[in-house]
Amino acid sequence: MKLRLSPEDAAFRDEMREFFTTKIPQHIRDTVAARHELSKEQIVESVQVMNAAGLAVPNWPVEWGGKDWTPLQRHLWHEEMQLAAVPPPLAFNASMIGPVIAAFGSQEMKEKFLPATANLDIWWSQGFSEPDAGSDLASLRTSAVRDGDHYVVNGQKTWTTLGQYGDWIFTLVRTDPEAKKQAGISMLLIDMTTPGLTVRPIELIDGGHEVNEVFFEDVRVPAENLVGEENKGWTYAKFLLGNERVGVAPVGSTKRTLAQAKTANAERIAADPVLAARVASLENELLSLELTALRVVAHSADGKPHPASSVLKLKGTELQQAVTELVVDLAGPLSLASGAGDGSEVPDWARVATPQYLNYRKASIYGGSNEVQRQIIAKTILGL
Amino acid sequence: MDFTLDSETTALRDAVRGLLSKAYDSSETRREVTTTDPGFGEKTWTRLAELGVLGLPFAEQDGGFGAGPVEVGVVAAEIGRVIAPEPVIEAITAGGIVADLGSAEQRADVIGRLAEGTLILGLALHEIGEPVTATQDGDAWTLTGTKEPVLHGARADLLVVTAQTDAGLGVFLVDPSADVERTGYRTHDGGRAARVTFQGASAQPLGEPGDASQRALDQAIARARIAYGHEAVGAMETALRTTTEYLKTRKQFGVTLNTFQALTFRAADMYVSVELAKSAVEWATLVLADDPDRAVEAAERVRVQVGKASRHVGQEAIQLHGGIGMTAEYSVGHYTSRLTAIDHWLGTGDELLASLAGQVTTYGTLDPLPE
Ligand SMILES: Cc1cc2nc3c(=O)[nH]c(=O)nc-3n(C[C@H](O)[C@H](O)[C@H](O)COP(=O)(O)OP(=O)(O)OC[C@H]3O[C@@H](n4cnc5c(N)ncnc54)[C@H](O)[C@@H]3O)c2cc1C
Repeated sequence: MKLRLSPEDAAFRDEMREFFTTKIPQHIRDTVAARHELSKEQIVESVQVMNAAGLAVPNWPVEWGGKDWTPLQRHLWHEEMQLAAVPPPLAFNASMIGPVIAAFGSQEMKEKFLPATANLDIWWSQGFSEPDAGSDLASLRTSAVRDGDHYVVNGQKTWTTLGQYGDWIFTLVRTDPEAKKQAGISMLLIDMTTPGLTVRPIELIDGGHEVNEVFFEDVRVPAENLVGEENKGWTYAKFLLGNERVGVAPVGSTKRTLAQAKTANAERIAADPVLAARVASLENELLSLELTALRVVAHSADGKPHPASSVLKLKGTELQQAVTELVVDLAGPLSLASGAGDGSEVPDWARVATPQYLNYRKASIYGGSNEVQRQIIAKTILGL
Repeated sequence: MDFTLDSETTALRDAVRGLLSKAYDSSETRREVTTTDPGFGEKTWTRLAELGVLGLPFAEQDGGFGAGPVEVGVVAAEIGRVIAPEPVIEAITAGGIVADLGSAEQRADVIGRLAEGTLILGLALHEIGEPVTATQDGDAWTLTGTKEPVLHGARADLLVVTAQTDAGLGVFLVDPSADVERTGYRTHDGGRAARVTFQGASAQPLGEPGDASQRALDQAIARARIAYGHEAVGAMETALRTTTEYLKTRKQFGVTLNTFQALTFRAADMYVSVELAKSAVEWATLVLADDPDRAVEAAERVRVQVGKASRHVGQEAIQLHGGIGMTAEYSVGHYTSRLTAIDHWLGTGDELLASLAGQVTTYGTLDPLPE
């Protein structure tokens, strides 16, 4: 057992720190640090800078631009990125559909999509959830019926994050209505400009436009856009959702937000023992979470998600939310001034505090809700 | 960075586990041992010494085995798994002070006997009223005053005692067979403690009173807090395992209790608490091995995390068992009692959170890895 990073890993960490703090345009990092919304252009620019340096999709197979990194190196890459206020590569591309195509797609599909997916030349959306299929995703009803060289898709997806920017959407569709739930599902890649596909915005409680509904009316999709085999979609979806859980413990960004809150309120915190104890307690929990992540990394062989990664999702999002809550409390009455404009003396961090707090209630709902994570812990780890 | 045990440490763990799971093969055996004085198994103590456990962290020239905090932690976790009542952590903590402050002669004598298992070494820290004072007359020192509670104070063959001197805090070795009055009693967790009154008892100083003594004591307490953290994690793991087994077998309403998600979710939350506490303890152990200057802070962080987890897991373990969890015959209640004892010995999490809170504005992010 030893704590210190090996000289190679320490050098790796320094290299990542250097890259993220000097090569990603400052306006992007400032936007993230200020907890403001990134524009589509900023997200694309950030990914393209990373991709040019070969750092956008390290989790992919090497032949498609991935890196032969150890789990620890991947962890350090992810932490340093968050600490430097760099937005992580778009998850729909880098963590979700990219690895699925690389693992299960045909050679043609890989060549067509993977380079463009890594470079965010194609913006992917995730079309899994439906109005009646949330946690119980396998009850989805959107149908795809084979018609010659095409599938004809009908139905509705919802909660589609940033679907307004989407070029393509990867969907789970029902191809065999007779089979039992999981068995009749396929994964289909759909060009979002295809006639019959419409995207409608959903406004969220923070006033932002982050998610959408996507409607499919006789959308004709070339059969070559089927991933892998027909009716095997559930297998691919499980692979994808497993990967989703791994990257989801936002330790570095939560630490950074907490540090910023301390800086902006240092005198008050130093003078108020109750507040200081709350900060100390959050820091201690975050430290324990970070170490749990390191333990999971150290014990995760063959790149499969470690069962304890559910702990990371569950606790990671709880702490992320607890820090957003602390910031609202620090802002106090100023937290109501979310709409303040020029000429207001309310500091920016206090203006964004409540919209961020409200927005991050999502963290315990998506990526497998925290109840679903408890279910996984109870069943797969505790055998209950 | 590496969180895996090497093969020697794994062998040590397996040997200690083998010994202790035989000695405490059931909750009933532990109850029998703790009912009669001295509250632990003298034979088990000897066997632990034979495995090298009691001399683990001490230098070989002093009679120890030259191991470190990782090995001590592994042993402490095994003690926690069966909540073995042998005062191993207490003796090693007291021995650590002798190792840090004592002369070569004192070290060879005390640590040699401790490692052989022929000496029960106690540590007298707490006072209820006036502090114990040490008075010097030529080369001779005497102690006056009362320490209470002193863990295993009535059985101890030799005591390491803190006392006030004109030059600040002093640490002394006292043979309790002369001019010391001792009244022993049971503690709620099956252990033993005593009221120990020094009536001008003759004492051997360990090093010089003052700052160096205070620093050695702070380090010793940090090491003890981390070792108790391992014991608590071992105990919590058993309490959780016992609870999940019970949920799978106990039937109500015609079904086993694990059918009820209200209960399985609470077990999942217990697991989260245990894992976070374990991470904090493993981290602090490595800090102790690698970066001792940070050990006091790391130990405070352990107390905070382990204290919170101990209460959560201890309380829920009883609750999810229902009535049987309340009985002295069944195991989980004893685990909760032991976790409560650990939590209140050497500072609760809340007390140490107050100490950490005083520092939060002096740094930005908290980084667990040494630079
Ligand atoms: C901001 C945001 C962005 C999202 N982005 C996307 C996206 O891009 N693409 C996409 O496909 N989906 C997306 N989702 C959808 C997300 O995956 C679902 O919201 C999630 O799966 C939960 O489904 P639901 O909302 O229907 O809630 P439900 O499943 O109806 O759950 C309601 C409540 O019941 C609990 N619950 C459900 N089942 C159980 C059970 N068996 N045991 C105990 N408790 C249970 C849930 O945890 C929750 O608390 C997004 C969601 C949000 C909020």
